Amino acid sequence: MATPIIQVENLRIGYGIHVLLDNLSFDVEQGEILAILGGSGCGKSTLMKNMIGLYTPLAGRVLIDGEDIAQADGRQRRAILRKFGVTYQMGALFGSMSLLENVRLPLEAHTDLPTEAIDLIARMKLQMVGLAQAAGKIPAELSGGMQKRAAIARAMALDPKILFLDEPSAGLDPITSAGLDQLIATLARTLGMTFVIVTHELASIFAIADRVVMLDNQSKGIIAFGEPAQLRDQSDHPWVRQFFNREPSSADAFK
Amino acid sequence: MTTFTTHPSADGHYTITLSGRLDATGVAALWEPVHAALSGERITVIDASQVDYCDGAGLALLFDLKRQNHRGITVTGLAPDVAALLAQFDPAGFGKDTADAPTRVPLVTAIGRSVHSYAEHVTAQIEFLGAATAALGSALRHPASIRWKDALLIAERAGVDALPIVALIAFLMGLIIAFQSAIPLRQYGGEVFVGDLVGLSMLRELGPLMTAILIAGRSGAAFAAELGTMKVNEEINALTTMGFDPIRFLVVTRVLAGLIVTPLLTIFADLIGILGGALTMLTFSIPTRTYFTHVGAFADTADFLGGLAKSVVFGILIAGIGCLKGLQTASGAAAVGQATTRAVVAAIIMIVVVDGLFALIYFILDV
Repeated sequence: MATPIIQVENLRIGYGIHVLLDNLSFDVEQGEILAILGGSGCGKSTLMKNMIGLYTPLAGRVLIDGEDIAQADGRQRRAILRKFGVTYQMGALFGSMSLLENVRLPLEAHTDLPTEAIDLIARMKLQMVGLAQAAGKIPAELSGGMQKRAAIARAMALDPKILFLDEPSAGLDPITSAGLDQLIATLARTLGMTFVIVTHELASIFAIADRVVMLDNQSKGIIAFGEPAQLRDQSDHPWVRQFFNREPSSADAFK
Repeated sequence: MTTFTTHPSADGHYTITLSGRLDATGVAALWEPVHAALSGERITVIDASQVDYCDGAGLALLFDLKRQNHRGITVTGLAPDVAALLAQFDPAGFGKDTADAPTRVPLVTAIGRSVHSYAEHVTAQIEFLGAATAALGSALRHPASIRWKDALLIAERAGVDALPIVALIAFLMGLIIAFQSAIPLRQYGGEVFVGDLVGLSMLRELGPLMTAILIAGRSGAAFAAELGTMKVNEEINALTTMGFDPIRFLVVTRVLAGLIVTPLLTIFADLIGILGGALTMLTFSIPTRTYFTHVGAFADTADFLGGLAKSVVFGILIAGIGCLKGLQTASGAAAVGQATTRAVVAAIIMIVVVDGLFALIYFILDV
């Protein structure tokens, strides 16, 4: 197989002297859907922010298409940034713009396409996430789930090679969530898009994830890496089995 | 390299053959020429068998060709997955959202709407004034119910932290006024009277006014931004459903803090301003002792107390307006900015208007 599109090597992440996770190493292949799992507060979002260059790793490195984003600057950094799209937990749509303008923005900034092409592409992206009717609305007029979908439309405006999604289906109803899964699977298959998804949604993990990385903040590392069904059935790590079977933790259940 | 060719067929229809990569770069180069070549022509077949790669931009181009010639058009040779993506867009019903079509509003309706919204605005302000006064009244009757810890913390941020900037502005104010007035007064040998002028103007007007404007810019803005963000994050809703009255919980503490801090800062500004004047007078060879005698000779306790009374009202106004604008924040990041701007502008206008009223009242009362 070709070089992995994302290579995480001996990564240590955290804030200042507070190390959240250490010695993380894994690869993501082109066209793969990778889910990052782990308990609340274990550093899933922080890991994602280190992978996309928002935070600088405390040690180790992340290579995107062979290039280290933490070391790149100027034109090289912009070229790397162009390769991926990101959605954030709260949507992070620009509140002063309509959905259409939000999706148009990256296209206007990074392509030479004529205005009507940009308009059409933006509308098609919005239709792909089921928001064609709401193109002219501003984010404040929409529900949280609709904002998340619009954020996904914006993240994929430029058809990036990689999409990083931070909890895309939290707050969505099961039908919309399943539709989103289908969209992700189709994009991965047709356009060879790679997905890195931070999620808790068991149903979508089993439906679409090719592999999962499971993080744990007790051991500050990866406790499982592989295909979800295999991990569910074969892992000898109690926490992994509990996670996949939705069992409450015996040790620290809410008391 | 992305290219296209067109072939007219026997029955007057066209086949368009696309080849290469249909990505954003390729489509950017193709869009205008393809549309120019095909304007008015009827395409029946789009041959995409030579397309290596097709992403969202390519789909948009294919879809646009399909849309403009939507009767009986076929796309051939497209990879099945991409064809499935393309098939989900329906040319007939596409882009028909009603929301972004600007609707023309008749003049009468427009006037009616703006009057209505203005009336609502005024009502909301009266309601807030009533609720805040009631909450403040009951808080003062039951001082134990006030969240003193919060109030003092806010007073520290609005007051103690403002000392350096108030000192700087007041000092320069005193210095500059003394200097500007000493020069013309010197022509008549009257520079000793600068002390009278600086003392009176700092105590009666400049001290309270400058301090209030500074507090409006620092803390009025901070109150509006903080409460506005809380509103946007639904923290205000959380308070309400937990049984806290946001006015009592948030507004009373801030108004109390404003009420305590503004007069104290005003006293501080008065003193520093007069000291600034003393420094200027030294350069005009007027002894500091003489200067202070003159300050005390003209301005009296009534002037000082009159200034303080104003500053108490200013403090209530600044904190109240800041909280009101914060609580009225709509949703979104832009709304918080708007609320902050409105809070500062409204507070400064009110400060100046109220200052004028005080001047009138003092004149009538002959204070």
